[in-house]
Amino acid sequence: MPVSQDLALQARNLRKRFGGEDVVCGVDLDIAAGECFGLLGPNGAGKTTTLKLCLGLIEPEEGSARLLGMEVPARAREARAGVGVVPQFDNLDPDFTVTENLVVYGRYFGPGDAAIRARIPQLLEFAGLQGRAEARIQTLSGGMKRRLTLARALVNDPQLLFMDEPTTGLDPQARHLIWERLRHLMQQGKTIVLTTHFMEEAQRLCTRLAIMDRGRIIATGSPRALIAEHIESQVVEVHGPGLGAWMVRARSLAPRFERAGETVFCYAADVAPVIADLRRQRELVYLHRPANLEDVFLKLTGRDLRD
Amino acid sequence: MRRARQFALPLLSPRLIAVWRRNFLVWRKLAVPSILGNFADPLIMLFGLGYGLGAVMGNVAGTSYFAFLAAGFAASATMYAATFEALFSAFSRMHVQKTWEAIVNAPMTLDDVLAGEWLWAASKALAAGLCMIAVISAFGYASYPLALAALPVLVLAGLAFAALGLAVNALASGYDFFSYYLTLVLTPMMMLSGVFFPVEQLPGPIQIVAAALPLHHAVQLVRPLLSGVLPAAPLLHVAVLAGYAAVGFYVATVLTRRRLLS
Repeated sequence: MPVSQDLALQARNLRKRFGGEDVVCGVDLDIAAGECFGLLGPNGAGKTTTLKLCLGLIEPEEGSARLLGMEVPARAREARAGVGVVPQFDNLDPDFTVTENLVVYGRYFGPGDAAIRARIPQLLEFAGLQGRAEARIQTLSGGMKRRLTLARALVNDPQLLFMDEPTTGLDPQARHLIWERLRHLMQQGKTIVLTTHFMEEAQRLCTRLAIMDRGRIIATGSPRALIAEHIESQVVEVHGPGLGAWMVRARSLAPRFERAGETVFCYAADVAPVIADLRRQRELVYLHRPANLEDVFLKLTGRDLRD
Repeated sequence: MRRARQFALPLLSPRLIAVWRRNFLVWRKLAVPSILGNFADPLIMLFGLGYGLGAVMGNVAGTSYFAFLAAGFAASATMYAATFEALFSAFSRMHVQKTWEAIVNAPMTLDDVLAGEWLWAASKALAAGLCMIAVISAFGYASYPLALAALPVLVLAGLAFAALGLAVNALASGYDFFSYYLTLVLTPMMMLSGVFFPVEQLPGPIQIVAAALPLHHAVQLVRPLLSGVLPAAPLLHVAVLAGYAAVGFYVATVLTRRRLLS
């Protein structure tokens, strides 16, 4: 396999087993510097394990990874000096203030305290935590904690940022603020690799995506390209009494129908015949919208629950 | 290859000091109750047993029972301080707060984290031992300058018990798991190691068991040194403690790697 030095992250045929189960089975990644790359997948798809393999925190059974041009896990310590990580679950130090969290974390990268402290005002401003420098962690909201975790991941001014489900559990305001901060980082030329199962997040932020399921990457491309490639452009969602009978009659009006419980999804490039027919159905409720990444995701990974 | 890496000797960087400093900063915020605890616990035992029992027993092994017991407590306080830090506090940082997980995302290895925790637990053990020695000195039972030689012994004992504690920590499923170690290992060790009475009082076969216990060797060094006497066979005792520290830390490293990295 050719190995490029310019890629921020490259993985070849990564495989990892846990307790006799294949968690990651043959993942390839090529992420260029400056990209915002999204790894999408249902719970248990192997996203977090893939990130850990790429960070050199765990060793693969097979395959190899290069992080900022350095082989991991062999040179993981060196490589991670240029990387920031926002983990899935907050692991800020509850005994420390906001500033202490940043200083203590900065020391793990080796510079002196003076250099770290010089960076702190800038980090607090970036995270919108000015005036909270001496606040205890327990007094911060969920959004503030997430922003502090992001600031902590930037303490070493990394080239590459890994974010594992950066906005899970946040309210819309807090989520939008995180997205805005990430766009700012992208403008600075940083490479971002994030995992998410929020399609909206992926569609808004990512230049390129990989959809992962059962340890494998099943589709890759830009959000637009994935939608164009995998799904009809328009969707009509229908529910209400008499749904079954209507679906049987309407079959010929659209190329693809999908039923999930009490809802029918009609997919077509032109949904005008479906809508014309639905206008005559008093009982049925419908919603017409453009196809989005979630439709692609559900088509590729199925509608079954994953726990 | 992966197996080889799991069993490799710990590979450390000077940045492990940052782990020690992190714990020190937390401790500094809680220093007053922590130091009070270091004094209060053994003092209560010491006054209860030392004065109460001492009045009944008179002299033990050529010294007052109070002095005999106090020297034993200097060693056992070290053991308990190192153990509690390496069990409950380290478990909380490893498993509950996920502090270790945050640290290894930086250019730090799990070996660094573990070594930082090891040195930190030994430091807390030294602090606990120092508090006891301060009490012993205040009562005039410490004979200087030789008593100062007890300090490196406490550091070594702290490293030995911290290493054993970290190995147990790597196997723990929850805080309750530690009761086994405390009840089945440390409490009997406390009884058999000559803290409360000279080991020679024990039946012969049990003396052999006692001779294998790290606390016994710590007591055999600390007690004579505090009273200004050179211990018998000091190298043997130092070697046993150093062995427990080194092998214990290696085992702790391998078990923790198995728990968190495989």
